[in-house]
Amino acid sequence: MINSQIMSHPVLLQGNEAMVEGALAAGCRFFAGYPITPATEISEAMSIKLPALGGTFIQMEDEIASMGAIIGASLAGVKSMTATSGPGFSLMQENLGFAVIAEVPCVIVNVMRGGPSTGLPTHVSQGDVQQARWGTHGDHPIIVLSVSDTWECFALTVKAFNLSEEFRTPVIILSDEVVAHTREKIILPNPEELEIVDRLKPTMPPEWYIPYEDTPRGVPPMGIFGDGYRYHVTGLIHDVRGFPTERPDEIVPFMERLFRKINQHFAEIQMVEEYLTADAEVLVAAYGAVARSAKRAVDDARSRGVKAGLFKLITLWPFPRRVLEPHLRQVRAVLVPELNKGQIAREVKRINQGATRVETLSRIDGRLITPDEILARLLKL
Amino acid sequence: MAEVTKLIHKYLRHEKKFPHVWCPGCGNGIVLGALIRAIDRTGFTKDEIVLVSGIGCSGRLSVYVDFNTLHTTHGRALTFATGVKLANPKLQVIVVMGDGDATAIGGNHFIHAARRNLNLTAIIINNNIYGMTGGQYSPTTPYGAISATSLYGNLEHAFSIAELAVTAGAAWVGRSTVYHATHLDQLMEQAIVKRGFAVVEVISHCHTLYGRKNKLGGPVEMMEWQKQVAVKIEKARTMTPEELEGKITIGVLTDRDLPIYTQELRRVREAARVALGEKSSQ
Repeated sequence: MINSQIMSHPVLLQGNEAMVEGALAAGCRFFAGYPITPATEISEAMSIKLPALGGTFIQMEDEIASMGAIIGASLAGVKSMTATSGPGFSLMQENLGFAVIAEVPCVIVNVMRGGPSTGLPTHVSQGDVQQARWGTHGDHPIIVLSVSDTWECFALTVKAFNLSEEFRTPVIILSDEVVAHTREKIILPNPEELEIVDRLKPTMPPEWYIPYEDTPRGVPPMGIFGDGYRYHVTGLIHDVRGFPTERPDEIVPFMERLFRKINQHFAEIQMVEEYLTADAEVLVAAYGAVARSAKRAVDDARSRGVKAGLFKLITLWPFPRRVLEPHLRQVRAVLVPELNKGQIAREVKRINQGATRVETLSRIDGRLITPDEILARLLKL
Repeated sequence: MAEVTKLIHKYLRHEKKFPHVWCPGCGNGIVLGALIRAIDRTGFTKDEIVLVSGIGCSGRLSVYVDFNTLHTTHGRALTFATGVKLANPKLQVIVVMGDGDATAIGGNHFIHAARRNLNLTAIIINNNIYGMTGGQYSPTTPYGAISATSLYGNLEHAFSIAELAVTAGAAWVGRSTVYHATHLDQLMEQAIVKRGFAVVEVISHCHTLYGRKNKLGGPVEMMEWQKQVAVKIEKARTMTPEELEGKITIGVLTDRDLPIYTQELRRVREAARVALGEKSSQ
């Protein structure tokens, strides 16, 4: 078994490669993509490894097509993924909305580079954080995870597939150029050590199947094309049978369920990592590659007598408000360093409601924020 | 029961989704009928068929039939179909699109699907106009024609969809009209059975918008026109370019055996197994 051989020893991988290992371990067997820096290594590794596992790699004509193809593959029962960077992510937005409304599990990786437009193709950025939340049109919930090192590229890709299968939703992973191209040693777990979630499928006789029926969890079982549960999948607002509707008494329950299935599972979805926060007087809220600089800065600040702590966001959306709020009432100030003009700082300020002082540290020159830059600010907070 | 009634009961979601959204006299119903008759003759079960559609009047076709149905985004139907087919090659995937859907917003996907040669069937209903949005000019609106966005005459030149498909590398390309309903049945059956990317261009009419704005009459007159301009491909091959001016050739434009993507993929999988197997044994 190729899989277990890969899995059983320590490996030196870059973030992009670790994502491929994570996806394969999670059961991903379909990948469609289009070449783009700095995400291309994901496509390349997929094209080598997927066929050996009986899976399918296809290079489509653009990112619009890639997004369409992974939705189609998922509807036919195969866990699927695409990977891109800013310009491609923009092109994917329309079909991403289709995956939301038709409740099709899939994973979309965006390795962020400087923008807008072609921007800084080979340089790091975190400029797509709000786009990941609101990029596709219309009111909708979405799950967005952020990775900050090679291990997380593996583990959170597995998690992203699990969440997408469990909640029948597209899950976006925001990586960045630094995380994607940093090589680190990680120990890949054996397949049996991993928790793998598969979508719930209907078990009732086909004539009883109501494809978009509400359930306590808000996630209806998903019929697979070819399995005998013939139903209609559409990007139009639909009734419980999947057929287009314009009736307010059908639109509202549908939209409410779409939000509820995510909102009532915040505890499962919202992941953070806390470092030295228990007695912290100043807090750094960071994510992605910047969180690594922040961790070092927190250590350095502590060695100089400043009680600093790191609140690392893993789930960016839905924003982990309930976990962050208690900290805001305890600390003297919060610093939000990020590689944009304050896209997450904006969210922290919104929920802060005057509880503490929120300061931003922006870097938009395509370079990573250094530990010293964060330390200098921490010492002044 | 009459044959047609049997087909209605077998294939239409007749209790749920009717009446349909199309105008009285629209060609889409004829296309739907031809498609159902063709599928019935091929013997595929309803569970084996995935009917994928795009956006526009033609896009609504998928909701009426009792298959696995997928109503996608505008122009992207072939991309979704590509994913479905690759994920489960046993499924018989049929894609229905309109002229704007397939050759304007979806033009790139169309030529690449033709080049890639998955075993898909693409049916393109060409009514020379964007119907659902109110009659704006499309890539198949003739030069000089009047539309909601070309009130002074269309400045652009029309695509010939079937010829485009041939040039892009489709394995099988046919064209007929909604007037030639029996001929259309046969073409659709051949297209579905064909191994490889098969395209059927169906010349239809939009009397409500294109016909009215260009004073071409109602559905009867427009179908009369289809009858007059249609020339069987076999006859067309004996005619001069001058004689063919203003005519539409119908029939099978191309039928070639090309490597099928999913079969080729098996070879790639085997090569990958060997390559990675060798690596891990070193």
